[in-house]
Amino acid sequence: METQKTALYDYHKSLGAKFVPFAGYEMPVQYPSGIIEEHKLTRSNAGLFDVSHMGQLLIEGNEDLAIELEKIIPTDLKTIKLNQSKYSFLTNEDGGIYDDLIVTKVKKGFSIILNAACKNNDFKIIKTALGNKFMITLHKNLSLIALQGPKSSEILEKNINGVLSLKFMNGNKFTYKDEDIYITRSGYTGEDGFEISIPNNLVEDFAKKLITQGVKPIGLGARDTLRLEAGLCLYGHDINESTTPIEANLKWAIPKRRRKEGGFVGYTKIRSDMNGRLTRLRVGVKPEGKIIAREGVKIFSKDDQEIGLITSGTFGPSVNSPIAMGYVKYDFSKPGTKIILEVRGKKYGAKISELPFYKKSYVR
Amino acid sequence: MSNKKFSKQHEWVSVEGDAATIGITKHAAEMLGDIVFVELPKKGKNVEKEGQAGVVESTKAASDVYAPISGEVVETNQSIIDNPSKINSDPENEGWFFKLKIKDKSEIDTLMNKEEYDKFAKESSN
Repeated sequence: METQKTALYDYHKSLGAKFVPFAGYEMPVQYPSGIIEEHKLTRSNAGLFDVSHMGQLLIEGNEDLAIELEKIIPTDLKTIKLNQSKYSFLTNEDGGIYDDLIVTKVKKGFSIILNAACKNNDFKIIKTALGNKFMITLHKNLSLIALQGPKSSEILEKNINGVLSLKFMNGNKFTYKDEDIYITRSGYTGEDGFEISIPNNLVEDFAKKLITQGVKPIGLGARDTLRLEAGLCLYGHDINESTTPIEANLKWAIPKRRRKEGGFVGYTKIRSDMNGRLTRLRVGVKPEGKIIAREGVKIFSKDDQEIGLITSGTFGPSVNSPIAMGYVKYDFSKPGTKIILEVRGKKYGAKISELPFYKKSYVR
Repeated sequence: MSNKKFSKQHEWVSVEGDAATIGITKHAAEMLGDIVFVELPKKGKNVEKEGQAGVVESTKAASDVYAPISGEVVETNQSIIDNPSKINSDPENEGWFFKLKIKDKSEIDTLMNKEEYDKFAKESSN
């Protein structure tokens, strides 16, 4: 498959980006200032992320559509308010996760943001589940950029009047240069911020405007350190087709009515995970020293019993220490539990940690 | 600066008599990005030419560090363990990794000079 480029590719290049292939796209991993600096700027100021590789799906329909979609997405789509967003998943028959997503109720129906690596498969799954009753569009003409950090609301308000009144996980339609754009107050960094869906032909103009106003471009490298500090899952690593939302400690994303009533793919397994004994749980892991435990590192108990695996690990620039996530046997999942990590054949002490590693309050 | 030699694994060697100081090149540090963790060989350990002699980790990934020549480790740089970012800010000076008592001086001749290395680095990054 040929590598794809986002509409901002040339602009990233002009800003000195280093590129990596990611989910079939050439994406900026970092700019000249480097990952740590980009990470810290996002936490202290405002950073701009190109996430146009992600899928932007629109499904058109009304109450009928909400009923059908609830069969494959375990969130509340019947009472969701117009312009409200929810974090949820596409589940499979075994209760595993095909993808995690953000679904927003829009006037025409539902808008869904999907992971880049999963979007084409998601499209097929949704199409198969819904049949031909509803119009489904995976947008090719729209870019998606995220503006994240404590200064983002103030900066964005100067350009797009009215965004300040958006509440966290809520969106609305705005206009830029006489064209419709859709903005939600959301993100994946643990900071206040916005995701802006904007036509490809306007995105460079808009990005440039933000950059000239002091926003810094941020690559995938810092996006990873930011989301991991915020305790957020990366699909394909921390969650996948064999992890259930309950094991992944994402029960909070399934509202009470759905937990009780079910009626979605994989409910049997998810219900037994909720009611019975979990075999494993996703946890935060904090190494004692400076050692970084990356994906695949084995986790042992104090008495040398193998109890799990790291699924993501890096250095957290804001917490100034290594951080990781992984799955451990349920009995060892309590925060504070001492564990051992095996990195390159050597054993290092670590502790189960609360998530997130880095806490910041969102605007609600 | 001029008496430095370079390996294909992007280490530099500076020789003074029987002793060699070793580190990773500016090019390698730039390619790795922000370095956040270093593991150095133990003092007294004998390392082999092109054998694994340490690890550097950036925010992105872990990479092995190889010994460009054989010898006995006589000193390691504690300051880069305490402050790994020194490797990014001054890779070919204060960011040195370890010192060796050279086993076989002829191994030095197999390494590249600065001009050769710069050309090699440029080609390998394309």
